[in-house]
Parts: sequence; C-alpha cells; structure tokens
Amino acid sequence: MTIPVRRFDAVIVGGGGAGLRAALQLSESGLKTAVLSKVFPTRSHTVAAQGGISASLGNVQEDRWEWHMFDTVKGSDWLGDQDAIEFMCRKAPEAVIELEHFGMPFDRLENGKIYQRPFGGHTQNEGEAPVQRACAAADRTGHAMLHTLYQRNVRANTQFFIEWMALDLIRDEDGDVVGVTALEMETGEVYNFHAKGVLFATGGAGRIYAASTNAFINTGDGLGMSVRAGIPLEDMEFWQFHPTGVAGAGVLITEGVRGEGGILLNANGERFMERYAPNLKDLAPRDFVARSMEQEVLEGRGCGPNKDHVLLKLDHLGPDIIKQRLPGIREIAIKFAGVDPIKEPIPVIPTCHYMMGGIPTNYRGEVVIPKGDNPEARVNGFYAAGECACASVHGANRLGTNSLLDLVVFGKSAGDSMVEFIKNEMPTWKPLPANAGQISLDRIARLDNQTGGEEVADVRAAMQRTVQARAAVFRNSENLALGVKEIQEVAERVKRTQIKDKSKVFNTARVEALELENLIEVAVATLISADARKESRGAHAHADFQQRDDEVWMKHTLYYGEDRRLTYKPVHTKPLSVEYIAPKVRTF
Amino acid sequence: MKTARFSIYRYDPDKDAKPYMQDYEVELSPTDVKLLDVIVKLKAMDDTLSFRRSCREGICGSDAMNINGKNGLACVTNVADLKQPIELRPLPGLPVIRDLIVDMTQFFKQYHSIKPYVINDTPPPERERLQSPEDREELDGLYECILCACCSTSCPSFWWNPDKFVGPAGLLAAYRFIADTRDLATNERLDNLEDPYRLFRCHTIMNCVDVCPKGLNPTKAIGKIKDLMVKRAV
Repeated sequence: MTIPVRRFDAVIVGGGGAGLRAALQLSESGLKTAVLSKVFPTRSHTVAAQGGISASLGNVQEDRWEWHMFDTVKGSDWLGDQDAIEFMCRKAPEAVIELEHFGMPFDRLENGKIYQRPFGGHTQNEGEAPVQRACAAADRTGHAMLHTLYQRNVRANTQFFIEWMALDLIRDEDGDVVGVTALEMETGEVYNFHAKGVLFATGGAGRIYAASTNAFINTGDGLGMSVRAGIPLEDMEFWQFHPTGVAGAGVLITEGVRGEGGILLNANGERFMERYAPNLKDLAPRDFVARSMEQEVLEGRGCGPNKDHVLLKLDHLGPDIIKQRLPGIREIAIKFAGVDPIKEPIPVIPTCHYMMGGIPTNYRGEVVIPKGDNPEARVNGFYAAGECACASVHGANRLGTNSLLDLVVFGKSAGDSMVEFIKNEMPTWKPLPANAGQISLDRIARLDNQTGGEEVADVRAAMQRTVQARAAVFRNSENLALGVKEIQEVAERVKRTQIKDKSKVFNTARVEALELENLIEVAVATLISADARKESRGAHAHADFQQRDDEVWMKHTLYYGEDRRLTYKPVHTKPLSVEYIAPKVRTF
Repeated sequence: MKTARFSIYRYDPDKDAKPYMQDYEVELSPTDVKLLDVIVKLKAMDDTLSFRRSCREGICGSDAMNINGKNGLACVTNVADLKQPIELRPLPGLPVIRDLIVDMTQFFKQYHSIKPYVINDTPPPERERLQSPEDREELDGLYECILCACCSTSCPSFWWNPDKFVGPAGLLAAYRFIADTRDLATNERLDNLEDPYRLFRCHTIMNCVDVCPKGLNPTKAIGKIKDLMVKRAV
C-alpha cells in the first residue's frame, strides 16, 4: 500500500509553546512549514501553566542573569548542562520582552513595567534571599503566553494541520531524519510528511503516573517515536513532583501562591518548611519542598482523616491579593477542592508534574546522540524543544517558571538552527526510504486485527499504578527492581491491546491505543534509568543511596529502547562565557 | 447517588445513516465527581463513544458540550448537580463530525477574521511597552477566553448566520485588542465590524454570558464596541 506524501521544508510536531515559537522563526524565514498538532494549538498543555516565566528583568529588585544561572544550576543539582543554562538565562530578558511586544497581557507594576513575583529557588546573589523574577499574567501565565503565540502565528499565516497525530519518525539509511508519518484524525488517513527538517515539540508524558497535574494529551508521543526510531532518551529517571497538587484531584495549584506569601502547614498547624529550609522556607525548590511534605506525612503529621496531605494556607493574603493575583487558583480550589482559599486552606499533595529528561539535544535544539567516540553527534534533520527535549537546562530538578522560559528560548533557538540547516545544507530533499511509514501502518493494522486482547484503559491503569508505586518521590532499591520487572510485564500487555472501535472517523479509541504505545516506552525508560542510578540527586531521592555522588554519577543517563540498555555521557561543565559553577552541598 | 443514567447523542458517519440517542448507566465511585470523570469511565466501557478532552481543569476548552440543554465544559461540571438521565449532545449549530465532536472551522474562521493579535507598527522599544495597571485592568474579563465555543454555539444569531456574524467569542476577542493600549488599530478594527451582520446581529439575548464557563461577559464587550462605533460616527 502506498502512503500519500506531503512535502514541506520543515515539519513541526506539536503546537504548544515551543512548537509555536519555533513556527514563527520558520514562517518568517519563508520556508514552507507545517505544524502538526493532535489538538487545536491553544488546547496544548502550555495553557495550564500558571505562575510565571522567569527573566532577570530586575523590575522590582536588582537581578542579574548570572544569579538566575546560578539558581538554575543549583536547582538542577548540578546535572544541568552549564552551556545550555547560561544560554537560557542570558536570553531570558529578551525572550520575555519579545512576548510583551507580541501582545502578551502581563500584569503591570505602578511604573508600567512587567510585574514580577518571587518563585521557588530563585534568589538574589546566589542564595541570599528570594528575588522577584517570575513575570506573570495573574496566575494564567501559560494561557496568556500560548494564546499570544498562537495569535502571532495567525498573523504570520503559519500552516497548521490540526488534529493530526504524528505516529512515527522517518529516518533513512544514513540515520538522517527525512520526515514523519501522521494520522489525520478526522478521516483516519495516514500520510508521510517528507521534510528537510523535523522538530519535535510534543511536550511531556506525565500520564505515565496515576496522579498527575498533566493533561490527558501528555502521552510522550515524541519520546515514543524517538525510541522506536533508535534515538535514546536522556535522564528519564528525573520526574518532578509539584508540591501543590490538589489532594485527590491532582490539579495544579501554582507555586506562585507561595510566591505571593502562601505557606504550607502540617496537622499541628506548624509552618514546617522553616525546619527544612531555614532560609528560603516555602520557596525552596520543588524537589526539596515535595520531600519535606512527604516526610511530614510519613511521620504522622499529615492532615485530614487519613493524615495523607498538608494544607496550603493563603487566607492571610487577603481577598484583594487573591482576587487580583491568584484568581485562577481560587477558581480551581472552589471547583476541585471544594474550598474557597479566601477563607480556608487548600489540601495539597506532591503530584507528578514535569519530565526533566527527554530527547537529547544541545542548546541549539539539535538532537545529539552518541556515535563512535563522539557522545553528542548531530542527527541530521532532527530537532527537539520544550518538555520533550533534554537540553539539559533542568538537570535533576527544574525550577518553577523555567519551563515557560525553556519553551520560548529553545523553540526559537531550534527554529533558527533548522532554518540555517535547511538553507545551508539541504538544497533538496533526501529521498524517503522505500518502507517509509510502514511501521505506522503495521501498528494500525495490528490494532484493527487484534482479537482476544486487553482493553487499553485496563493496561494503561496497570502502567500508571506501577509507575506511581515504584518511581515516586522516595525511591529504594527493592521497589525500583520490582518496578523494572513489573513495567516490562505491562509492556508485553501493551502489545496485545484491543479496541472495539474500528471506525475511520475521529477514532479516539485508536488514538488512545497509539498513545499508550508511546507512554509505555517512557514508563520503561523511567524505571530502568531510575533503577540504575545509585545516588540521590534532585528529584531522584534514593533511600539506599542518600547522598549525591559526583565522582561516579555526575553524568547523564541515555536509555535505548531496542535492547533496553543504558549508556552515560558527561555533563557539560563548561559554560559559554562565564566561570564553571562547581558542585556544592545543596541547602536552602 | 450510586449510579448515573445518560442519554447521549451518537453519530458515526462511517456506519450510521442518521444520529440517535444511546442510553448508558454507570456506577459512580467517590472519585467520579466531574461529568468528565464519568464519561471517561463510560468510554472505558464503550470505546466507540467519542469526545474531545485534554486538561480536565477548565483551561484548554476542549470538552465543551451541550449538557441537559445547556452548553458547558464537562470537566468543571459536577455530576451530582445534574438531573438524570443526563442528556449530552454536541454543541449546537456546528456540523457534527462524530458523536460529541463538532467541526469548529467556522468558529475559528470568525475568530481569525477579527485579526486576533496586537497591531502596532511603531518600532518596538528595547524594553517592554509600558502599560499602567489601570490600563492593563481593561483586559481583565477579555483575555481569559479559552475558545471553547460554548458562547457562540448558544447564540441564535450565530446559529442563523455563522458565516456572517462574528459571534460572541470573536467579538470578545475584538474588544480585547481594541481595549489594549498597545494596539493602534482601533479604527481599522471598527471598520472591520461595521456591517449589518458582523457586529450588529447581536440582539443582546445574553445566552453567551449565561453559559461562559470562565464567567466572561461577551455582551458587555459587544456593547462597548457598539458605543465606540456610535462615538466615532458623531
């Protein structure tokens, strides 16, 4: 069966913050560009980001990008690549100013400049005191940013393929990326997109966990496609648990609440973060706060009848601040926790939120993999940006507000790299391999013909239970070893999933089955990578190896799907222009 | 409440000659709070049931549908508040692709028609364009739109003239840019709406205000555009 071909200079997969920012670079360059998204772009999960986007604008207090860089390196627990971190923090002010010029409705200070609030781990002068670095549009910063970027793409006449799900990456015999196979959801038709360059901006995969702040669509599609195409995944053991998910519902409550002065209380009414982080208190980085909360619960000081959560108190901020700066979380608390935070505290628990790992890239957004002696050889024609990519700026733990920044800085950078590559190195298209798209057709045919298999929802739930139980905030050798065994058993079940819906038209059962094939790659990568790392660093807190071990473990994990093996590559210790920030003990 | 009974609009053009209503009954567990929780559960029982969903917290705008006769988002609707059997239909007035999934092309075409981006051709300053907190406050109640289409598809004027009347969502967006001190195209924007249909088909029925899941008020924004038109004419 021949698959119809559509040909573009560049194809972007994903219409969230990173994909849309990259699309602007490509549209402006005049290259023929397609943006594929499985949802209408403003439904991408960037829309749910709340608290802010960081940049050392210094609108409220003195700030410097070097301080932002220090905080990000320390926040990453020295697993972040310092060249990429310098690049991001230096570019942050111009990236935010650009969003403002695009029309983003930031909150304002009395002098008309962009409003900035404090956020976890962001400090003045290398840890002295919290600094107001998070540029905010109330507590809807992601919504404001995503809509602004979409609107700017409307202006630029970007060509969108909406509700098209990318299925597989197409690599030729040289290993170069020459396109992507995609499913038009409305018709069920499969097409090959032939391209000189492909950018993945497919977002996160938090749905491998049973409780997650992530949207249903966060199924790691870019990661699944990469693994199936022989591209390794980097640092997949590092998953961020956001301290304040609504207990039971999983919905996010921004760290901006604590930035505005909210505090965490245990069952005794004690502001316990003062004990764990005497200096930054409730504004310590997320991994630190999440562990402290879990510790309180483990030691019996949890709240509620089951003593299983803590309370986020903000009524002392007063109704005016809450209504003006935090209207969205008030709405969420009322709808999902049944409490009005003007009067009552919000019950919260650490909830899976963000994937620090992903497709290995450099700060130019180029996908890089080991080849011979080179640990980071460029994969020609392949780019990644945003949560699906690992640049690595977040290392073992991301600071709040650095993700929105990551999207626009690396979306733009990857877009620029693609334009350069396509214009300078790719006068014409490399041919599609003869079997291009066959793997996708086989996957769909398997689903169409499968009988006697298991339901997608059941297998997905089994995967989520396993990851939730075995790769949580606190980990240990026994649990991880069990997790590795169990998740590989679930992976076998994924091969036999069955759907009853055989319709060609908008077949969401098929989409969910295909998504599960991506999720399971991420879940297996997570457990195998986590099981191997015998230290504690950032979000990987290992009970049997409680110290960070820079001697042995200051290195990035690379997971290969075909034989489920791991290799490692060094952390970039050489920034672009400044001095190396050497590892220190991480206290706050 | 132990169970929930549903009557749901079904249509798959691949196999159905015409749409029909299908009954479902499902047992509720304590975690089945929102309507979306329950229809996700229904989908686990019958995977052919088709609807859009994503963020499940009322910010992405995917799961708009007609719930017991009123447009709303399934993810922020409490199932316990709904009269049974719960009747679910696709958003009215747009072509149905399948089940609860409508073709939103016309809706987005109208949104695009108002040029939904800041127009300002002056060279951008090195830093941010300044805006006072009071001027910024003018955008509150406007920029928060999630493009779910609950409003436009509850508007009789939009039902009759989806190709000519911009509709409440598009007009709310139009006023969002008119109200922005950084936008310099107010006149051009008013010209774009000066037409018997594009703006003036709004007859202040106010269904849009009634259904907006974000508590926004498109009718008020439309009134402000009309005021500006009048002022300009004098």
